[in-house]
Amino acid sequence: MKSNKVAAAAVLTLAIGTTAACGSSGGSGGSDASGAQAAHGPVNVWLSNNPEEVAWGKAMVEAWNTAHPTELVTAQEIPAGKTSEEVIGAAITAGNAPCLVFNTAPAAVPQFQKQGGLVALDSFPDGKAYVEARTGAPADQYKSPDGKFYQLPWKSNPVMIFYNKDIMTKAGIDAENPPLATYDEFLATSKKIVSSGAAQAAIWPAPTSEFFQSWFDFYPLYAAETGGKQLVEDGKATFDSEEGKRVSNFWRTMYAEKLAPQEKYPADSFADKKAAMSIVGPWAISVYGDKVKWGAVPVPTSAGTTADKTYTFSDAKNIAMYSACKNQGTAWDLLKFSTSKDQDGALLDKTGQMPLRKDIATVYADYFSSHPDYKKFADQAARTIEVPNVPNSIAIWQTFRDGYTSSVIFGKTPIDDAFKTSSDKVTALAGQS
Amino acid sequence: MPNATVTGKAKDRSGSTTPPPKRRAPRLTTLFGRQPLGIGLAAPYAVFLAAVFAYPLGLAVWISFHDYFFTAPGAQVARPFVGLDNYKTALADPAVRRSFLNVVEFLVINVPLTVVLALVLANALNGAIRGRTFLRVAYYVPYVTASVAVVAVWLFLFSSNGMVNQLLGPLAPDPSWLINNKLVMPVIAIFVTWKQLGFFILLYLAALQNVPRELYEAASVDGAGKFRSFMNVTVPGVRPATTLVVILATITGANLFTEPYLLTSGGGPNGASASPVLVMYQKGIEQGNPDVASAIGVILVIGVLVISLINRRLLERD
Repeated sequence: MKSNKVAAAAVLTLAIGTTAACGSSGGSGGSDASGAQAAHGPVNVWLSNNPEEVAWGKAMVEAWNTAHPTELVTAQEIPAGKTSEEVIGAAITAGNAPCLVFNTAPAAVPQFQKQGGLVALDSFPDGKAYVEARTGAPADQYKSPDGKFYQLPWKSNPVMIFYNKDIMTKAGIDAENPPLATYDEFLATSKKIVSSGAAQAAIWPAPTSEFFQSWFDFYPLYAAETGGKQLVEDGKATFDSEEGKRVSNFWRTMYAEKLAPQEKYPADSFADKKAAMSIVGPWAISVYGDKVKWGAVPVPTSAGTTADKTYTFSDAKNIAMYSACKNQGTAWDLLKFSTSKDQDGALLDKTGQMPLRKDIATVYADYFSSHPDYKKFADQAARTIEVPNVPNSIAIWQTFRDGYTSSVIFGKTPIDDAFKTSSDKVTALAGQS
Repeated sequence: MPNATVTGKAKDRSGSTTPPPKRRAPRLTTLFGRQPLGIGLAAPYAVFLAAVFAYPLGLAVWISFHDYFFTAPGAQVARPFVGLDNYKTALADPAVRRSFLNVVEFLVINVPLTVVLALVLANALNGAIRGRTFLRVAYYVPYVTASVAVVAVWLFLFSSNGMVNQLLGPLAPDPSWLINNKLVMPVIAIFVTWKQLGFFILLYLAALQNVPRELYEAASVDGAGKFRSFMNVTVPGVRPATTLVVILATITGANLFTEPYLLTSGGGPNGASASPVLVMYQKGIEQGNPDVASAIGVILVIGVLVISLINRRLLERD
């Protein structure tokens, strides 16, 4: 009898919940999209929590507010969360996303778009033209499958191999010109570093399972090896190929010979001098600048491609406009203001990150002549590859990462088998809407 | 109908000298019982439960049977009924199946260890031992300390170059604890046991206060030593608390998330420490598939209910 009562209560609880849930399912209504796009007034924006970017953002907003007293902008850092993407995704669902987020990850754009959370920039009369004029041909990588821009390519952090000159010297390697261009050279240099005891590891990319970790081990080398191929092209996975396997076998050797540890370092292995090299973008110059005597070279390829032909991963962060924005007219004007030549120059000056605009090396020639350290990254910025803008982007990266950790990092499954399985799954995911 | 019966009885008794007493508000009694005030006092909590438990649970069940994803308010999307498709997708995924096996392994280690250690330590702390207050606080501190802080300490302890391996020297496992397929789940189970122990010791300490002293005296007169008294008096005496500890440890253990998320950075190595809740987080929040994540959640809820009921039946059996 007692059990019956408990069961009845459970069923009733579930029924109430289910009924309530069904009642609220499905969307209804709709926003006046064209009205919002013409509307002007106050807007709010979110900035990355990087101190240099916050400083740039506040100065930019102040400049805007001075010139537009009736269209005031409020800026704040992205609220704390596990990742920015989760916070933004939750804000979209809750309907309280800001007008602009100056830290939108390209990999998250397909999901935000599917949620109905983004405004197509093409819907503004000069939207498409502005994006293409500012960024040039590389802007095409940021188009969604429907051919529209739901993000403005803003800035990139083209990743390169950063190395510690003191460790190289200690290992008996020419610190000014270390042999790191080909896989054979890279492996030989790595062996010298570890066997000499100059550092615990040659390089220490995070060997963990998070979907984004492949952007800092496999993907830059894959971009370089293939001459600029994305993980998915024309709806099909590309990595189950000779190039993909060459990159994977290179990393497998690094792990198998304990030149790259299989366990995550709990802090910054490069700053702590536990690893001689790291795969990073230009942000690293200001972070490691005074602490480490560093050098930078392009990521290796099997054939030792010259620097001027080597591609890498862009590690870009973009600006997107969110559909919850009431004054999209002002948001669009602000977006153009914040990505003008002057503001891009201010961003470069304050953060060292590369604006995704055409010919930055010549447009900001003065900056690069006074900051020669950044010149290599500026040159590299012309040859970057973005994550593919396809449906299920995050699921695709997680699928790839799972196969990669199993086969390459831990050697539990043959690379051929793991890549074939992952490739089939990724192609299937890319084909889903 | 009850009114008709009452009326009939009144007529039957109409011949007696004293009129029948009039019944007061029988409908109210039927609806709210004999203590309507109690219902009133319990109502806020019932509403709270409905809002934070019944509604999300119901929504999760509903989502698990539909093609669902989170959308902006006002977005017009179709959410067709898909039957058991999400359950099939979830169960066909090797990562999901692996996560359930992982959590079973975790529970097999964590729950018995929790019960035994908590009971033994509570029994010791219940006696007159030196530094009792300090020890009671010491055992409780990990429970109230933020997981993030404690996990960082364990990372330094169990990493390849950590203190544990340095103490073990040549006996240190290779691969090390947190990247070893076979050892990672036991390490997490021990970590969680250690972290939660203070709370379960507290439950047992409370239960021990209800074990009559006379039973120990009687056992002593019968010649029972400390171990016999513990086995024959203490263990049966705290059985209701043991049931509670087992069920709570099972429920919290099945909801394992923070430890694999932080200690092994997303369920590594190679998915060996991924838990169902971690996979739900990856699929539901990171990858935007709350429908499949909900299906995993419903399966987990059913599994935990079944295990808890079995535990209860076994532990409360005379």
